[in-house]
Amino acid sequence: MNTSFSTVLRVWGVAVTLFLFTGADWLRFRGPNGSGVSVDQGLPVGWSETENIAWKVDLPGRGVSSPIIIGDRVVLTCCTGFRQDRLHVICFHAKTGEKLWERQLWATGRTMTHPAICTATPTAASDGKRIFAYFSTNDLVCFDLEGNLLWLRGLLNEYPNASNSLGLASSPTVVGETLVVPIENDSQSVTVGLAADTGTTRWKLDRPKLANWASPVVLGDQPGQLPQVVLQSGSRLTVHEPASGRELGVYASGCASQPSSVVGDGVLYVPSGGLTALRFTPGSKEPDLLWQNNRLGASTATPLLYRGKVFTVNGSILKAGDMKTGKLLWQLRLKGSFSGSPIASDGRIYLFNESGLGQVIEIGEDRGRRLKGGELGEKILSSPSMAGGALYIRSDAHLWKISSTATGG
Amino acid sequence: MAGVRWGVFLASFYPEEFMMILRGAVAGLVLFGILLSGSAVRSAEVSTLLSSIRGVVSDGSGNQVAARSWRELVTQDATHLPAILAALDGAKPLPANWLCLAVDTIAERTVARGGSLPVKRLETFVLDTAHAPRGRRLAFEWLSRVDATAADRLIPKMLLDPGVEFRRDAVARLLLEGADLIAKDQKPAAVAVYRRALEGARDNDQVGTIVDKLKSLGEQVDLPRHFGFLMDWRVIGAFDNTGRKGFATEFPPERELNRKAEYEGKEGQVHWQDYTTKDPYGMVDLNQPLGKLKQTVAYAWTDFHSEAAQQVEFRLGCKNAWKVWLNGELLFGRDEYHRGMRLDQYRMKATLQPGANQILVKACQNEQTESWTVEWQFQLRVCDATGTAILSAGAPPKP
Repeated sequence: MNTSFSTVLRVWGVAVTLFLFTGADWLRFRGPNGSGVSVDQGLPVGWSETENIAWKVDLPGRGVSSPIIIGDRVVLTCCTGFRQDRLHVICFHAKTGEKLWERQLWATGRTMTHPAICTATPTAASDGKRIFAYFSTNDLVCFDLEGNLLWLRGLLNEYPNASNSLGLASSPTVVGETLVVPIENDSQSVTVGLAADTGTTRWKLDRPKLANWASPVVLGDQPGQLPQVVLQSGSRLTVHEPASGRELGVYASGCASQPSSVVGDGVLYVPSGGLTALRFTPGSKEPDLLWQNNRLGASTATPLLYRGKVFTVNGSILKAGDMKTGKLLWQLRLKGSFSGSPIASDGRIYLFNESGLGQVIEIGEDRGRRLKGGELGEKILSSPSMAGGALYIRSDAHLWKISSTATGG
Repeated sequence: MAGVRWGVFLASFYPEEFMMILRGAVAGLVLFGILLSGSAVRSAEVSTLLSSIRGVVSDGSGNQVAARSWRELVTQDATHLPAILAALDGAKPLPANWLCLAVDTIAERTVARGGSLPVKRLETFVLDTAHAPRGRRLAFEWLSRVDATAADRLIPKMLLDPGVEFRRDAVARLLLEGADLIAKDQKPAAVAVYRRALEGARDNDQVGTIVDKLKSLGEQVDLPRHFGFLMDWRVIGAFDNTGRKGFATEFPPERELNRKAEYEGKEGQVHWQDYTTKDPYGMVDLNQPLGKLKQTVAYAWTDFHSEAAQQVEFRLGCKNAWKVWLNGELLFGRDEYHRGMRLDQYRMKATLQPGANQILVKACQNEQTESWTVEWQFQLRVCDATGTAILSAGAPPKP
C-alpha cells in the first residue's frame, strides 16, 4: 500500500470515527465543557457484579483521574511505583475492554501528594484527534489516538516551584488549538496556554499564590459568542482569551479551591459565597451578579446543571436549586461522602461515593427519588464518565464499563 | 582441508544435490550480506534519530523535530531496542522519556503481532550496570513480560544495584524470606537476612519494616547513619516573618556565618545555640530550642566534612517555607507552608568541596493557627543518587 493511499484511508477512518462518535464523546474532566451532562439515553439504573457490567479490567496502578472517551477508545491515566513516579496512559477498546496500547513515562517533577490522591489525579483531555495527559508531576504528554507520541513537556523544568505538596488535581482543557494547563499553588502559581499541535508555550499567566484544584471551563456556549477560558482561584475569578491568555473579565471574589465552575445558557455558576450565578457581557470587564445562595455551596464535588436546575453536593446532601433564581428547591440525603462529582443523563443523576456505592437519583420537580444504583466494593474518589450509552468509572485497581447491554449500548 | 575433501567426495556421488546446496549457500550468503548492509544502514539511521531525540529541550521548541524522529524511530524493528535503551545513558529526564516511550511502542507492537524481542541482548543490557538504571529497568520489564523466569534469575543478585527499583525488588524478596524464617523460629538466620536486606534498602517503607523486625528480634539499627541525616546543628532565631516577608528578606546569617555573632531578632537579641536532634529520622524541631512561635524565621547551620570533592544529593523534608545554601551558594528555596512533608520531599544536586562544607537551612513559620500548622521543622540528609548515605568524615556511629 503506498503512503498516500494509506494516508487517505487513515484520514477517512478518522473522519468516519469523528462523524459517528463526536456527539457521544467525553473528551475531558466531566465531559462536554465540564458540564457532566450527556445526551445519552438508556443507561442502567442499577448494576451488580452479575448485572449490567459490560466489562471490568485491571489497572496497573492508582488514579483519581476519570476516563475520557474518544470514539471507541477509552483513555485513562494511572501511576505506579513506591514514589508514584511511573506515569501510565492506557487506551482500551470501548466495546471489549481490550487494552489497545499503554505508554509509560517517568516523572520529571515532584511526586509527593496527599495520600488520598496520587500523581494520576488530573483527567486527560482530547480534541478528538489528540490525547493530552497531564500528571501532578507537571509532566504533560500528547499522543495521537494510536499511541504515537506527538510531544512531551516537563513543566517543572521551566517553573521549578510550580508544584503542590498535596498534589495537583486541576485538569487541562483544550480550546481550539490551545491547551490550557493550570498549575496553581502556594508558591510559583501559573497557568499556561500551549499550542495543541506542538506543545510550545503560547502564553503564561502568573496566578494568585494559592493552592487550587479546580479545573478551567469555557464560556461561550451561546451562538455568536467566542470561547473564553474561565480560571477560578481563592482570591478571584478571571476570564481569558484562549489564544493569547489576555484577561477579558474579572470577578473579584474568592472562589472555592476544589469544586469547579460550570457554564449553562451563557451563565457561569461559580462555587463562591455558596453558589453564585454570573453573566459576563461583551464590553464589560465585570460580570452581572444574577444571584448568590450560600445554601447551595458545594464541598468537593463540582456542581451540575441539568434540566433547569443546579445541583450541588455538600457532605452527603444533594441539593437542587433553580438555575434562574438560585432558590433552593429540594434536598436529598445520600449515602456516604463524595470526592467525585455527579454527572447526569436521561433525567437521572449518577454519583459514586468514596466507598464505591453508585447512587442513581431520578430528578423530580419537588424531590429526588433514589433508584437502585450499585455497589462496586472499592474506594472510588474519581468522577464517572459517560459515552455511547455507558457509564465508565475507575478505582485504583479497576475500570468498569456499566451499560444495559453486554456490548455497551 | 577436510571440508573441501568432503565437498569433492559429495559432489562426485550427488552432483545435482550438491549444486542445489551450493546455490542455496551462495544465495544465503548474498542475502545475509544484503541484510547485514541494510542493518548497518538502519543502525546509522537509528543513531541519527536518537541524536535528534536526545537533543530535545524542555521549552518544547524542539518538539516538532523530535516528533518526526520519534515517528521514524518506532518503525524500526525490535533488534534496535538495546541501542535505544543505551541512548538513555546520560540523557536528561525529558529526552529520556521520549526514548522510553519509543521502547514501549516498538516492544508492544512487536509482541502484539507475534514477533520476538531480543531477549538475550535485553538480559545482557539489564546486567550491565554501566547503563543508566532507567534503561536497564525498562529492558528488565519487557524481558520479564516474555520470559517468566527473568525476575527469579536476576533480582536476587540486585540487592546493591545502582537502580533503586531493582534494589526494592531484591529487598522485597528478602523480607519474605525473613518472615518465613521468623515463622520457623529461626531467629539468628532471620536477623542475618534482615541485616542483609537493610544493606540494600533505601525506601523508607522497607527500611521501617526491617527496623521493626530487627527490633522484635532484639537488634538495634542506627537510622540516622543508614539514611545520612544531619543531626548536629547550630540554630539561631527568631527573625521576623510577618506577612510572610521573611522568606525573601536577607537576614544576617545569609551574609555571614559567625558562631559568636549576635543579631537583632524579632523580639530582642539572638545568637547561635547548639542543637542536636535525637529523632531517628533526623527531624530538626525548631519549636524545641526556640519555642512555638509564629511568623518567624530561623536558621540552622552545620559543617559537613568531605574527604574529597564529590557530587552528592541533598534531600530535604520540610513543610515550612525554606531555603538551603551550601558554602554560601543558594541551592534552592520554596515558599509553601503546611502542605505536608515526607522523607526526600525535595532533592538537590550539590558538589561538596574537600574539607569543611557549610550547610545553612532557613526555615520560615507562617501565621496560621490551626493545630496542623504548629510544626516548624525539617530533616536533611546527604546521599548519592540511589539514596545511599554519604556521611560526614569522622561521624561516629550511634549505638
